[in-house]
Amino acid sequence: MARFGMVIDTTRCVGCMDCVVACKTENDVPEGLCRDWIVEEVRGTFPDLRMEIRSERCNHCDNPPCVYCCPTGASHVEDFGKLVQIDPKLCIGCKACLAACPYDARYIHPEGYADKCTFCVHRIEKGQDPACVAVCPTHCMHFGDLDDPQSEVRRLLASRPHHALLPAAGTRPRIYFLT
Amino acid sequence: MVELTSTRSNPMIDPGLHVWGWEIPVYLFLGGLVAGMMAISGYFLFTGRYKFANCACRVLPGISLVLLSLGMLALFLDLEHKLYVWRLYTTFKILSPMSWGSWILLLVYPALVANFLVSVPDFAGRRWARLRAFSDRILERHLLVRWIGAVNIVLGSLLGIYTGILLSALGARPLWSSALLGPLFLVSGLSSAAAFVHMIARDRDEREMLARADNGFLTIELVVIGLFLIGLITATEAHIRAAGLLLGGPYTAVFWVFVVGVGIVLPLVIQPLAVSHRIRHTAVAPILVIVGGLLLRIVIVYAGQASHWSPI
Repeated sequence: MARFGMVIDTTRCVGCMDCVVACKTENDVPEGLCRDWIVEEVRGTFPDLRMEIRSERCNHCDNPPCVYCCPTGASHVEDFGKLVQIDPKLCIGCKACLAACPYDARYIHPEGYADKCTFCVHRIEKGQDPACVAVCPTHCMHFGDLDDPQSEVRRLLASRPHHALLPAAGTRPRIYFLT
Repeated sequence: MVELTSTRSNPMIDPGLHVWGWEIPVYLFLGGLVAGMMAISGYFLFTGRYKFANCACRVLPGISLVLLSLGMLALFLDLEHKLYVWRLYTTFKILSPMSWGSWILLLVYPALVANFLVSVPDFAGRRWARLRAFSDRILERHLLVRWIGAVNIVLGSLLGIYTGILLSALGARPLWSSALLGPLFLVSGLSSAAAFVHMIARDRDEREMLARADNGFLTIELVVIGLFLIGLITATEAHIRAAGLLLGGPYTAVFWVFVVGVGIVLPLVIQPLAVSHRIRHTAVAPILVIVGGLLLRIVIVYAGQASHWSPI
């Protein structure tokens, strides 16, 4: 069974926000909310500065605190791709998962349930890439099976330095950023 | 220097997490207060001293039922998908403190009703003779009364600890990721409940007994708060930053002046003087303890949401 993940090349990302627009269009994300977003991180002391531009979203963690804290099972790990998903019909809107996510990747949908990135599961079931990956004009985003040694994402991780977000939080995120 | 610029601006998330407002601290406070009331009235039932503890046994169970219902109402008001609340009772998630809590609350109600029936308040007994007769039949069975007391102590303790574990299981917020929050909220609930009896009991012996107990609970609470802070400042960088919210950060004044100073230390000065009959018993110290208990939850819930693993 696949374990889907994403690898994003920060040396190619220009922060154009095409991924953000594609996600909102593809998933009909309500106005004022977003499932993915752009972060610009600047580190160092002038003039020795380094900037990293990242496209961020739910990390579909291997150790997902949002799933563990959910009292109804609305937040769950699906067999398909080991994706962390939400069933709106089970969600009571208690917001424990919002508080449990160290990446602040969730929000409350105007209809009352918790919502977030699904890795465009409706597209990947058809063999397509998630919308954000498909539209990226610099081809900085890569999607695939992290358990498949032959996959592009595994090859990139084997050949390039990379990091994940907030490793100290212990969630084992499945989105990696090439540096 | 690290500078982050994000395009995200989701409500309740940005610029800082603010998913829980007044409802959750009020629910945690009322849950803790009821937990303390259950443990105290259960103690009197279990030890057979209920005949001498008029207030703790005749008043607390009825008030607990009302306060717990108000707490549940606050919790319900906080839900964003209210019509789906029944989903809590279609499953049991062993890793979710909220799932544990919802099932514990379901057990707490019958335990409180049984507690209420052991010592029906006088006004209710006069009005409903059958209720008094039912109560008398329970009182004839001493073993049953002890069991009701034991169940109330156990469920009260579970309820009190759960109100803290609910937060401490959310490791994404470093201020909350301490196992001491459970004991802290339990002892704070016991302290508030003891203060409540101290405030309303008419019998002098009962009042002084609970005032002495409250002094003990408040002292333990101070120690647990100290251990909680030591645990944070000796952990990771994120935990040290979280502790900074209470040690020099924006929640420092309200925490040290109102929660610790006015809510714990001042009653610890007043109550021993009242117990040793150097000053009169008044409602001042108990009210300070109860308000301090509410403020403790407000500060912990709000400061916890402001704490984060990210340095910015």
